[in-house]
Amino acid sequence: MSFNPLAGVLIVPAAAAALLAVLPGYRTTARLNVVATTLTLLFALSLFFVRPAPSAYLLVDDLNGTFIVLTTFVGFTTSIFSASYIGHELDIGRLTPPFVRFYHAMYQVLMFAMNLALIANNIGLMWVAVELATLTTVLMVGIYRSHEALEAAWKYFILGSVGIALALFGTILVYMAARPVVGEGLDAMVWSVLVKRAGAFDPALLNVAFVFLLLGYGTKVGLAPLHAWLPDAHAEGPTPISAVLSGLLLNVALYALLRFKMLLAVNPGALAPGPLMVTLGLVSLVFAAFMLYRRRDIKRLFAYSSIEHMGIITFAFGMGGALANFAGLFHMTMHSLTKSAIFFAVGHVAQVKGTQRIADMGGLTETHPVLGWGLVLGVVAIAGLPPLGIFMSEFLVVSSTFAREPALAIILVFGILVGLAGLFLRLNSIAFGEPRGPSAPAQASYVPMFTHLALVLAAGIYMPPALVAWFQNVAGLLG
Amino acid sequence: MHGIAFDIAHLLAGSLVLISFLELYQDRLYALLNVFALHALVLAASVAWQAFIQDAPHLYVTALIALVFKAIVIPTALHRIIVRLGIHREIEKVVGVGPAMLAGIGLVALSMVVMLRVTQEADPLAREDLAFALSVVLLGLLMMVTRRNAVSQVVGFMSLENGLVLAATGAKGMPLVVEISVAFSILIAFIVIGIFLFRIRERFDTVDVQVLDRFRGERR
Repeated sequence: MSFNPLAGVLIVPAAAAALLAVLPGYRTTARLNVVATTLTLLFALSLFFVRPAPSAYLLVDDLNGTFIVLTTFVGFTTSIFSASYIGHELDIGRLTPPFVRFYHAMYQVLMFAMNLALIANNIGLMWVAVELATLTTVLMVGIYRSHEALEAAWKYFILGSVGIALALFGTILVYMAARPVVGEGLDAMVWSVLVKRAGAFDPALLNVAFVFLLLGYGTKVGLAPLHAWLPDAHAEGPTPISAVLSGLLLNVALYALLRFKMLLAVNPGALAPGPLMVTLGLVSLVFAAFMLYRRRDIKRLFAYSSIEHMGIITFAFGMGGALANFAGLFHMTMHSLTKSAIFFAVGHVAQVKGTQRIADMGGLTETHPVLGWGLVLGVVAIAGLPPLGIFMSEFLVVSSTFAREPALAIILVFGILVGLAGLFLRLNSIAFGEPRGPSAPAQASYVPMFTHLALVLAAGIYMPPALVAWFQNVAGLLG
Repeated sequence: MHGIAFDIAHLLAGSLVLISFLELYQDRLYALLNVFALHALVLAASVAWQAFIQDAPHLYVTALIALVFKAIVIPTALHRIIVRLGIHREIEKVVGVGPAMLAGIGLVALSMVVMLRVTQEADPLAREDLAFALSVVLLGLLMMVTRRNAVSQVVGFMSLENGLVLAATGAKGMPLVVEISVAFSILIAFIVIGIFLFRIRERFDTVDVQVLDRFRGERR
């Protein structure tokens, strides 16, 4: 027990949150925020080498190891972006020093909650962590205290709470199903115990539980028609939070869902969770793709694009099987990296233009070439054009579906194409054409954005065999 | 099993559903808060009874939290907020009392049918508790969607959480972690709500959520 990376993944953000809540001064705290996320990332990486034995509360396996590394990595790059973004907000007086202090503390609490949700072995603990993550993001979304921000936060709070309440009911039902088999007490909520014994659970109870869990955690994933909170929350909060919401928090909720899906898969009598997830995924994809056309706010545009991609990922996991799971995992990783890179660009764009309205910005590649082309590259990536990583993952999802369910694959391709056209339509008016809006040079940190994009590009061109083997291994776990 | 213990548990859980119906047709905020306090009181009694018959002393803590926090502290605090904001007038509803009650009856019937059918192997007490709990949860949800006023939405949310506590205590031997978490989440939720209400008060002159809707970013 001399070195336990699990403790590091939790204690570092918790301690940093406490420290950041009391320390004054923007520069120190922003730097400390970066240091804390770096440390957390290092601890997360060490999980590959030192793997603690599962306890009744915490568990690390290959599945959540992947999620933790992704989460801490994006958390780390976002903290670098956040430092320059928040500095600008402070300069223009949109945020005051007490709020910045609050923001940094909340950022670390959010990292803590997401890590806890990912490594929780106890389904009750996992629920608590997701709830904590929801509450922190609610507070961050409302931080600007404008009409829109308050409305967005309120809506997010109400819808998120209802979702989380339904998920708790589902969790209780899982316990009810487990109790006759596993026995009373703590063991009946420990995931690693449950998954071994789930074959003997009462299937009817497990089915109802999964429906509640799907609706509950599905709300947090942002699946249509439960997505109403998502565009508002993305558009009105600080942009680093939009990046973390899209890139990470949606994944965490999906991860919770996947854990329960694995539970159902063990039980022969339970309903197949696949078709439900496939349906919700396709509905989200097609709905969000059409919604892209009418967007006037740049952050809302990419929020809908997140719904679209979460739809694709949920669809892939719903299809199941080694190849589709592989594609789903790969797509999720690529989407997290690309979408957060886009939000890094969008954050700076909105700052230099002083607005989020698409109509008020234009010709970005002329006025701000680096930022503009960065955004173009990001959108090309997210739209799924070769040779970037998302093309590869979408191609895998589509081709694996064509082999099994051609009819579904047609809907899938249709949704993706509609989304692609919608994104390019909007991108055209933002990045090209007559320059509009202020053209003062941007004080931006480009490193996080281009790091993400370079990774996505690299993954699209060449995947190291070790990484492929790793993803295949995890996809096999998902069943 | 069908002894007095079962009957009392049944009575308390059933009353909780009944009080949820009472909440559904209150059209004044003060009255609504009083009914909610009653809701929490019955919940506390129900949890305490479960603690007694299950011989699970830790549930008394949950009962105490329900009694002190939900039946006394929160209604008092919300009462003050209402006074401070001067919004003690009638609650605007999206649908009338009649349709709301009918929808409520439908939801209760639905939860009975679903839960009693899928839990045939569980013991009868947990079964009926779960069915009642789901009814309370669904009625709370219904209340949230049929009200426009932020305070009454919050009350709807809290009675929804009361249903969750009922379900959690009915599930025999459920580890303490969940009870604490539920209580804790209510605490946090309330702080958040409190902050929000005050912030809303700073910026708007109403807590009517419909007014908030007008500030949507894109509707211009």
